[in-house]
Amino acid sequence: MASPAGTSPADNPTPSRASIAPRTLRTDRWWLQPLLTTLGLATFVVYATVRSFMRTDYWAAEHHYLTPFYSPCLSDSCVAGSSHFGTPIGELPAFIPLAFLSLPFLLGFRLTCYYYRKAYYRSIWMAPPACAVGEPHERYTGETRLPLILQNVHRYFFYVALVITLINTYDAILAFGGENGFGIGLGNVILLLNVVLLWCYTLSCHSCRHVTGGRLKHFSRNPVRYRIWTQVSKLNTRHMEFAWLTLGTLVLTDLYVWLVSSGAIADLRFIN
Amino acid sequence: MAYQAKLRVWRGDATSGELQDFEVEANEGEVVLDLIHRLQATQTPDLAVRWNCKAGKCGSCSAEVNGRPKLLCMTRMSTFDEDEVITVTPMRTFPVIRDLVTDVSYNYEKAREIPSFTPPEGLEPGEYRMQQVDVERSQEFRKCIECFLCQDTCHVIRDHEENKESFAGPRFLMRVAELEMHPLDDADRVEAVQSAHGLGFCNITKCCTEVCPEGIHITDNALIPMKERVADRRYDPIVWLGNKIFKRNGA
Repeated sequence: MASPAGTSPADNPTPSRASIAPRTLRTDRWWLQPLLTTLGLATFVVYATVRSFMRTDYWAAEHHYLTPFYSPCLSDSCVAGSSHFGTPIGELPAFIPLAFLSLPFLLGFRLTCYYYRKAYYRSIWMAPPACAVGEPHERYTGETRLPLILQNVHRYFFYVALVITLINTYDAILAFGGENGFGIGLGNVILLLNVVLLWCYTLSCHSCRHVTGGRLKHFSRNPVRYRIWTQVSKLNTRHMEFAWLTLGTLVLTDLYVWLVSSGAIADLRFIN
Repeated sequence: MAYQAKLRVWRGDATSGELQDFEVEANEGEVVLDLIHRLQATQTPDLAVRWNCKAGKCGSCSAEVNGRPKLLCMTRMSTFDEDEVITVTPMRTFPVIRDLVTDVSYNYEKAREIPSFTPPEGLEPGEYRMQQVDVERSQEFRKCIECFLCQDTCHVIRDHEENKESFAGPRFLMRVAELEMHPLDDADRVEAVQSAHGLGFCNITKCCTEVCPEGIHITDNALIPMKERVADRRYDPIVWLGNKIFKRNGA
């Protein structure tokens, strides 16, 4: 019989294991998922960074559409009408995004999210790039030391994300009242869809699942928390989907507001 | 319809080995283990393979098929093209004994390191009635058949032999979670799961969940909840303060 992939013990770093030289014998396209994940995350990061620093076309004054990338807008640098909570902060230099109070926390929430951790550990850090595919690192300590031990602060980002999602919800509600009073347009639908999915993503978080009931040992003694935990657990099974959907709706919402605000398109109105 | 399937099987022992090519008859409805048995019966009578139930319940025939950790008895031949070369190798993470048989004693050593179920002191049999909702979470983990495919695929030990000493692996971190979530278990396991069993090594990339033949949600239902409990204990001053003020020790 032929021996197409025979190896000697010298090729094998751990002699007592079977001497199989290739880092993987997988024959499927295991590299596709990490590639798509990297492209997806990179696209969002580039778009969000550019838009956060642009400082233009984030507020559609006629319909009161505010993009989530500029919410809350609390400084004197914000255009008139876009500051739903006043302007307690003075002018901001150009290198500071107008939503500097929310963006770092939203970034932290997603960076420490258990799903995104899986996504970038696999696709960017390649630890491992795919299941049963050898990773390129010589040493591995996981989340046992700095800086990755800081992933444990995820729950604090979750608490702040709850507040920010409330603010986004408030923005979406205010958008039903434009310059001509109550009205509904395609922008409202997009803002509302974005907010609904943001709630789904935020509430399906593993930390939310833990604090609402997961930490209990006796569900029967806490029936209300058990019920909440059950509902959060149902959402939690779709956490990955919500993670990607919200990246998409955030871009879609911002892009729509950008286009309407800049006059490139007119808002499609259903009522008023 | 029968056809000649192309098998490439790793043969050797701890000192050396190689992949060898064979052609073996495959019939409708067969699984990879059937072909390994036919290979053994017709061409290589000394081929070593561990197996037992042929029903996906004993966890004996764990190996890697086309590089993916699988139970040989649950991998249907119908999932491959007839002209496809099917590579069968032993689990990479464990020392090989011979051919497809590996030494999985690492797992038994790790199992022994976990303190057993600890009911409250003085509690007599029959004195406690458990509610179904209280034991449901632990029951999912009891489906484990100890095939050790999750251990095999976990990159923490698969790619880093040196981590075996300080990392128990997903199967045994799940065992800790099973006991920690059990309403009658009184032992404090949260500190130990991080310091003694190496939960911090886990970067929740979910390969253990992907390969589990029982479909146990190891990462979402065991490992992440344990990480959150460790965060409660070690990294959350608010929870720590609340526990002190309200003098609570779990709920």
